[in-house]
Amino acid sequence: MFKQTTAITSMNLRAIPQRMGTSWVIVIGIAVTVAVLVSVLAMVAGFSKTLSSTGRADRVIVLRGGSVAELSSTISRDNTINIMDAPGVKKDAEGKPIASAEMVAVVALPQRKTGTAANVTVRGVGAKAAELRPEIHLVAGRMFQPAVRELIVGRSALTQFKGVDIGSHISFRNTDWTVVGEFESGGDAHESELMGDIETVLSAFRRNLFQSVTVMLDSPDAFAQYKDKLTTDPTLTVDVQREPDYYAAQSKQLNKLLNFLAFGVGGIMAIGAIFGALNTMYSAVSARSLEIATLRAIGFGAGAVVVSVFVEALLLSLVGGLIGAAAAWLFFNGNTVNTLGANFTQVVFHLTVTPQLLVSGIIWACVIGVLGGLFPAIRAARLPVATALRAA
Amino acid sequence: MKYFPLLWAALWRKKARTIFTLLSITVAFLLFGMLQGVNAGFNQAVEKANVNRLITTSSIALTENLPYGDLAQIEALPGVAGVAHASWFGPYYQDPKNFVFSFPVEPERYFGIYPELILPKEQLQAFINTRTGAVIGADLARKYGWKIGDRVPLHSTIWTKPDGTSDWNFDVVGIYENPTDRAQENAFFFNYKYFDEGRSFSKGTVGWYIVRVKDPTQSAQIAAAVDKLFANSPDETKTETEKEFQQAFLKQIGDINMIVTYILFAVFFALLFATGSTMMQSVRERVPELAVLKTLGFSDTSVLTLVLCESLLLCLLAAALGLIAAWALFPGLKDTLGVVKLPTVVIVEGVVVAVLLAFITGIFPAWRAKRLDIVEALRG
Repeated sequence: MFKQTTAITSMNLRAIPQRMGTSWVIVIGIAVTVAVLVSVLAMVAGFSKTLSSTGRADRVIVLRGGSVAELSSTISRDNTINIMDAPGVKKDAEGKPIASAEMVAVVALPQRKTGTAANVTVRGVGAKAAELRPEIHLVAGRMFQPAVRELIVGRSALTQFKGVDIGSHISFRNTDWTVVGEFESGGDAHESELMGDIETVLSAFRRNLFQSVTVMLDSPDAFAQYKDKLTTDPTLTVDVQREPDYYAAQSKQLNKLLNFLAFGVGGIMAIGAIFGALNTMYSAVSARSLEIATLRAIGFGAGAVVVSVFVEALLLSLVGGLIGAAAAWLFFNGNTVNTLGANFTQVVFHLTVTPQLLVSGIIWACVIGVLGGLFPAIRAARLPVATALRAA
Repeated sequence: MKYFPLLWAALWRKKARTIFTLLSITVAFLLFGMLQGVNAGFNQAVEKANVNRLITTSSIALTENLPYGDLAQIEALPGVAGVAHASWFGPYYQDPKNFVFSFPVEPERYFGIYPELILPKEQLQAFINTRTGAVIGADLARKYGWKIGDRVPLHSTIWTKPDGTSDWNFDVVGIYENPTDRAQENAFFFNYKYFDEGRSFSKGTVGWYIVRVKDPTQSAQIAAAVDKLFANSPDETKTETEKEFQQAFLKQIGDINMIVTYILFAVFFALLFATGSTMMQSVRERVPELAVLKTLGFSDTSVLTLVLCESLLLCLLAAALGLIAAWALFPGLKDTLGVVKLPTVVIVEGVVVAVLLAFITGIFPAWRAKRLDIVEALRG
């Protein structure tokens, strides 16, 4: 049986070049399906990676109760002091809390690709911001100085938006700001932002309300106690969230949409590819009907015939899957794109074709191949030997 | 037309193959309908933008407010027919998942400048007279079962009252419709006065102004004049036409157009192979039959036409099925994407693409059929 199977299968595979025209239908149909699926999922992976790498379990972001994002939140100066002084917040050598009361403003900057305006976050950060977020470090220029209208720009923002290179000037509200440094923070969401000194930014925007307070805890375990303390404080109405939870919630909406796109479109395309595969394999079987009948007549088993058709379908789909996955990786891996995030500002992220995505793309290809090969294989096995031989 | 039975018979010569090819094409056109539909749905807001309207926002970003005092100055400019304003209220109903598109407005100004919003006169009057009154879109009313006379509480994610709460109560006094674009029937308008008196900060500001011009050819000059009014003030403005504003906003979300084009390009690339191979096979198998047709007196050109028509019939039939399926399924995307109806233009585009597809995949086999040598073919 095994010998028969290998014999028919290898004979079969060697004949593929003769059926090149129809075989391409399977390969290309599956390749484009896998390419589309993998590239859309690469967007999901990239966006999730950017947001999930923002934040640490021992950092907490405090917003006004009921506001979904920083932009819609407001916190008074008095409240920020209560929030930073609560027990559980890590203190530095001088006994000051490692925390930053911040505001976010939106400025419209032209996108490099299209030239149309896009909303970019300007974040005013407190004096302790550097200790609070050690992952942020300058790669060029210098840090902004307090009380001077200076900003530093994230690397992702720099790649996507015009007019934020070091030395350029940005003006808003009758104030003129200079970009003095470029920072990097491991590709997280803050890299899409501009940062400056909180008091200077507040005064430029003529505001006296903060929007969020981010604090570093003594340890991740101190969270529950810290949260209890703030939520039971009668002078405060706040939402207390660990940073990873806050940022994960922000990616939920877009992830849902992109997954819907990936599996909706990918699923429909897969159905189309199955029809293509069925067509190819049926015609392969019918082209070989005489050959199959002869084999059966000289004693080859039905099982061997079924396997040979199956292997052909699988092999062609595998080639298609590999081509599709490779194309997605070649053309899209690392592409930088940006979209509106929860703060009504742009989040810059990179399409990431992960090894898991490549594998799952190839699995999809094989499933399509199996479904497309199944019925033709059964037909090949059931071919009435006498009729097939007579027809010739 | 008299050749239709012949075409039909030729098409179904190999049932399984035709059915599978038909289904592949149908699936491709289903995707075409859905994706182009979504794309066109998004662009509809841009295309339907009113040429008479300009949008004035803060030059810093849409999220910065503008002083209410600007209104009188803009209104006094020559060429301006009317000015309205709106602000972003950002509320949800009961649960953060139930986001509501809500804007505090001055009723007469706003409904005066948006004539496409149809609101009965007595309801507009009630809106003006009721401090806590709200006018809602027909679609929004259906979604939550709200009726005129209902009291609706909304929770704003932005605006707090002096007591620190963010719950605002409204009385529904009117329901508007927008027959030109049903996707725009989901807004919740309420009185600016109630809003401005009730909020605890940013009093005396509005989110953006909508300026109606008397003569759309003057738009550019008037936009420049508005921005000049506030140049070098702390609240500089940016005025653009409604169309430019919508376009810029869509571009912020991402290049939807590009993604759709990429995917459809890939789909149709694969489809060319699938359909082309079917047509090629079908002609190859029928070489003797085609030779017989020629022997009977069919000219080379009519054989070419026959094969092309066969391809056309297959593609159009499949495209029709796919587009009908898309049309039927499209409203199902409403909750995820907010689109309502498959735009007719997409169906027209689909038919054009089907004809192109038929021609490209049919021309090589048809050419082969035309060049067929009778003696050679019959001998083979």
